[in-house]
Amino acid sequence: MSEVVALGKAGTAIRKANAEGRAGLVGYLPAGYPSYDGGIDAIKALVDGGCDVLEIGLPYSDPVMDGPAIQRAAEAALAGGFRVKDVLRTVEAVTAYTDVPVLVMTYWNPIERYGVDRWATDFAGVGGAGLITPDLIPEEGAEWIAAADKNELDKVFLVAPSSTDARIRSTTAACRGFVYATAVMGVTGVRSAASDLAAPLVARTKATTELPVGVGIGVSNADQAAALAAFTDAVIVGSALVKQLLDGAGPAGVRSLTESLAEGVRREPSAAAGR
Amino acid sequence: MSNTLPDQLGHFGRFGGRFMPEALIAPLDELTQAWQSAMADPVFTGEFDRMLREWAGVPSLLYDATRLSEVAGARILLKREDLNHTGAHKVRNALGQALLTKRMGKPRVIAETGAGQHGVATATACAYLDLECVVYMGEVDTERQSLNVARMKLLGAEVIPVTSGSRTLKDAINEALRDWVASVDKTHYLLGTAAGAHPFPAMVRDFVRGIGDEARAQSLELLGKLPDAAVAAVGGGSNAIGLFAAFIPDEDVKLYGIEPGGDGFETGRHAATITAGQVGVLHGARSFLLQDEDGQTIESHSISAGLDYPGVGPEHSWLAETKRATYRPVTDADAMESFKLLAKTEGIIPAIESAHAVAGALEIAKELGPDATILVNLSGRGDKDMDTASTWFGLIDGEAGRE
Repeated sequence: MSEVVALGKAGTAIRKANAEGRAGLVGYLPAGYPSYDGGIDAIKALVDGGCDVLEIGLPYSDPVMDGPAIQRAAEAALAGGFRVKDVLRTVEAVTAYTDVPVLVMTYWNPIERYGVDRWATDFAGVGGAGLITPDLIPEEGAEWIAAADKNELDKVFLVAPSSTDARIRSTTAACRGFVYATAVMGVTGVRSAASDLAAPLVARTKATTELPVGVGIGVSNADQAAALAAFTDAVIVGSALVKQLLDGAGPAGVRSLTESLAEGVRREPSAAAGR
Repeated sequence: MSNTLPDQLGHFGRFGGRFMPEALIAPLDELTQAWQSAMADPVFTGEFDRMLREWAGVPSLLYDATRLSEVAGARILLKREDLNHTGAHKVRNALGQALLTKRMGKPRVIAETGAGQHGVATATACAYLDLECVVYMGEVDTERQSLNVARMKLLGAEVIPVTSGSRTLKDAINEALRDWVASVDKTHYLLGTAAGAHPFPAMVRDFVRGIGDEARAQSLELLGKLPDAAVAAVGGGSNAIGLFAAFIPDEDVKLYGIEPGGDGFETGRHAATITAGQVGVLHGARSFLLQDEDGQTIESHSISAGLDYPGVGPEHSWLAETKRATYRPVTDADAMESFKLLAKTEGIIPAIESAHAVAGALEIAKELGPDATILVNLSGRGDKDMDTASTWFGLIDGEAGRE
């Protein structure tokens, strides 16, 4: 498979940012929070604030990888009657608003229940770019990999500090778009201290692939984003953005934090030389 | 029928596997390796057997329940796991995994618990083997089962009430997994049933399979032949797989898993996962699962806290799909009738979980006829259930019961 195809939509957007001498910014928000329309407005604020790639969370009853902020938002969305088909409607509304690639981050069971082929077709039909699958490893993902390939969707699998080099190699080989490096051992959530696990994981991952590597690590401000941008292709921010909504700051709060993060990823032009 | 499942990646046919965050895959590989090397090491298995014998009261007795048999109209044999230390089969799994934790050199154990039985068994094994122990328990359950919380604390465990989601067993598992992903280098997650990601379903089965291995030998000694049927209650499925494992190759022995039928299967308020027949992924494995049309987990309902779980171990799903075992529901009401019947006919107060198996055996006896011999796993004792029974039957003055 050629590099052009493997970059997919999300990888192409990240490489475009890298070509400007900066890291890409990937912003996460769950669909359906604080409401169906409110969720769409908040995601549009990610676009307006300067995200290069969007990650829309599919609310799920048992989010074992998520910390309190994302759990609360998902519970509230589900309690409000939010359905899987509403995620597709959300994606459709966002892709009508922007060309920024839209990934959905989802635990596996809702997709399996929807029907993997049917999901891939319907999701591609509303302009979705691909899936990030936190509890699906490539070994269990044959059906998704086939459906994604057929519909030219990005397949973003995760690597972790505990992953062996052999696992990183086989996982990145199955990715299209970018590789998601979870650079802390733990659930999602804002962290004040930088993890010393991030740089070695990025280096080990880059040794196996030409794909961009994005790091999710609990970043909440521009300084942390700038520090990460020094050695990674994309900075992924989730919980801090969700907290803006939980705290009632609304789309304006999301936009303001996104603008600040977007400034952060532009702060280290020298780091781009290594890309 | 093959008895060599699961495959290398933990699959029982299309069930099982590993639907887990990548961060836990390498630790699960390490655990698989440690478990397989331990089971091949006579020093480990010898120590496990010695501790089971000297400390846990295993092997448990096989009891010829003659008065119950008269009522049932067939011969009923009870595997007396209720007589084990801590009062249930669960001590086998807790001790096995705790001993494996020591062997892996990890100082800390975490566990989930619903009613508290697995939490107590884990806290007990950790006290015995000098391991730090943290138990996650839904806040709703810590309130319903305060006596078990006190037991765990007395044994030196820390009990953390879980306030997320439905604040019950499935959320306690979620929270334990969240702890584990952040602490896995020095912590073992001592899962309480034969479910979850590989290697847990196979590993837990192997630690509890003594139930069936012993019962098979005891049946041969008592009867000169194997029983016609083996019956056990199925929540997550550890006591049932522990009984079934030895008999899977014996194709003449019928296997019956009794699921918690709650208010009645047709009411929708039940925990009869296999009977409901929807396949999905929860807590690391593909199996049958109670879920809505979006794949969101549905809350289960059973009078028995130990059976009140919306998933089931993947090997049971495979046994059901291949028709090697039959799964059927028994209602709360029928289970409670059997609870009382066993108390009055045999002087044994069973766990409500085990009362489901007895109720199932009574139905199966009618189907198999008077010449049949039916082996029932009496997986636990009922002391823990006396509050529930008192309310159900109105045994305490001033309470209106059902009789």
